[in-house]
Amino acid sequence: MMEFLESLDWSPLIISLKTGVVATIVCFFLGLFAARKVIKLSYKAKAIVDGILTLPMVFPPTVAGFILLLVFSRRRPFGIFLDQQLDIQVVHTWLGCILAATVIAFPLMYRNARAAFEQIDANLVYAGRTLGMSEMSIFWKIVVPTAGPGIASGTILTFARAMGEYGATSMLAGNIPGKTGTVSQRIAMVIQDGDFATAGFWVVIVLLISFGIIFMVNMVTGSRMKSIKRW
Amino acid sequence: MSISVDINKRLGDFSLEIAFETDAKRIGILGPSGCGKSMTLKSIAGIEKPDSGHISIDERILFDQAQKINLKPQKRRVGYMFQNYALFPTMTVVQNIGAGLGLSDEDRGTRVADMIRRFRLQGLEKHLPGQLSGGQQQRVALARIMAYRPDIILLDEPFSALDEHLKERLQHEMISMLEDYEGQVILVSHSRDEIYRFSDELLIMENGHVMARGQTEQLFDDPGTVPVARMTGCKNFSDAERLDAYHLRLKDWGVMLELDREIPEDVNAIGYRAHSFEPVWGERQKNCLPFNLSGVDELPFERRYYLTPERGELICWFIQDNERVQMEGKPNPDYLKLREESIMLLRK
Repeated sequence: MMEFLESLDWSPLIISLKTGVVATIVCFFLGLFAARKVIKLSYKAKAIVDGILTLPMVFPPTVAGFILLLVFSRRRPFGIFLDQQLDIQVVHTWLGCILAATVIAFPLMYRNARAAFEQIDANLVYAGRTLGMSEMSIFWKIVVPTAGPGIASGTILTFARAMGEYGATSMLAGNIPGKTGTVSQRIAMVIQDGDFATAGFWVVIVLLISFGIIFMVNMVTGSRMKSIKRW
Repeated sequence: MSISVDINKRLGDFSLEIAFETDAKRIGILGPSGCGKSMTLKSIAGIEKPDSGHISIDERILFDQAQKINLKPQKRRVGYMFQNYALFPTMTVVQNIGAGLGLSDEDRGTRVADMIRRFRLQGLEKHLPGQLSGGQQQRVALARIMAYRPDIILLDEPFSALDEHLKERLQHEMISMLEDYEGQVILVSHSRDEIYRFSDELLIMENGHVMARGQTEQLFDDPGTVPVARMTGCKNFSDAERLDAYHLRLKDWGVMLELDREIPEDVNAIGYRAHSFEPVWGERQKNCLPFNLSGVDELPFERRYYLTPERGELICWFIQDNERVQMEGKPNPDYLKLREESIMLLRK
């Protein structure tokens, strides 16, 4: 056992965690921003915009990967532009991991935040306005905390989804050990080699991490939220 | 202090057209739900935008369609008390009261502490709104508004969500808490008791229009028209024919009235409040209705008699328990007398 652990390459765990954290942070702000904009749209515009923003959750991750490749490939205009003008490479880089995970996980954050915002009594916002609070401080001091549980659960799900992303990541970032090789990709790879022991080890690690995070966040939000009455 | 409002707003089939200007300190707006009274308050606060018109407090213009002025709610200095108080659920009492104060931490602390004392919230500073009783929530909501020092305070049906037993006391408390507030206060309600207690000046609204306006007591004493009288809670009406300057024939009730005061020529109806009748036994007196009993309802502290008139709606006579002493041990009265000073001369 000790031998097994000593000989194990831990890089997939580090890469997956880093990807999950960065993608979740990006999704968190983008998701809140998008949710805030969408709830103010008219009925029709909402149907269209919401459809587009939710799409990555509905279609297969390989489709997202294909589209991302089309856009960021270093043989196509936008990819060439990024590479030559800004020295940014997406395909087969860690940035590709983050991008793929962000695109796939974004709808979870956005939809949870939106649902939570829609539950909020509009009078709270009006009260903030008549008390002279700026729209910014109304959003961060009233809307987001009141929508806390919904946003927290959105964040948890986003992190879980981003950390476990496989389809789009494998197409856009590839599976380069030590660079873009995430846990999910490692599990798929070692199974192809028939190495069920290593695969099983990683599966257990993933299960523990996932449960640990959800349990922790539930405890934290649960104790802070239990005395707040909601409607 | 004086507020001037003259606005129009269409919303589907409903259209709000309201205009008033007043320097009264306590203004009441009475009307059934959906009459546009809440919309009027929201327009003053800047939560709703009227289609056209003008709103100003003293010389300060809050909204003017012609001049393209539409101040943000943040700039209006209008305090708004919502029906459910709209306390911020994740903030403590202290944070709620201080939420809108763009002051230094020290000044805010002093002002909030001052409000905590004034509104008797000591010991509740760290509580969240969900942990407070209805009365405490009302005090926090008012403290939050007062801390902000608005030019005017708008109260939007502040008591309608409360239990009956709380309502009375909180109304009284609210009135006394507002006593030392210098600015104008507008209370919107569908409850005539609330409005009567609270307001010096009264607007009665129906269907987006002002039906009547005047000093509250005066409007309750002399509503002028049948619909306005109905809104002030008057239960009994009869069509009337003016025979001469001192005589009316009540067509629905089939009796003659003889008055000491002169009857204006346009009077064609009368109203009479259910609590104002006087029972009469034996000999028929002046201005009496025959006691044709249709039924009696017994309430905890009141008895309600319903009499059948010659035609039209049943006549209501309500008598409270403490006044029923005079009826003790007697049969039903033979007549009900209309007291001259209680007869409302109305137009339809």
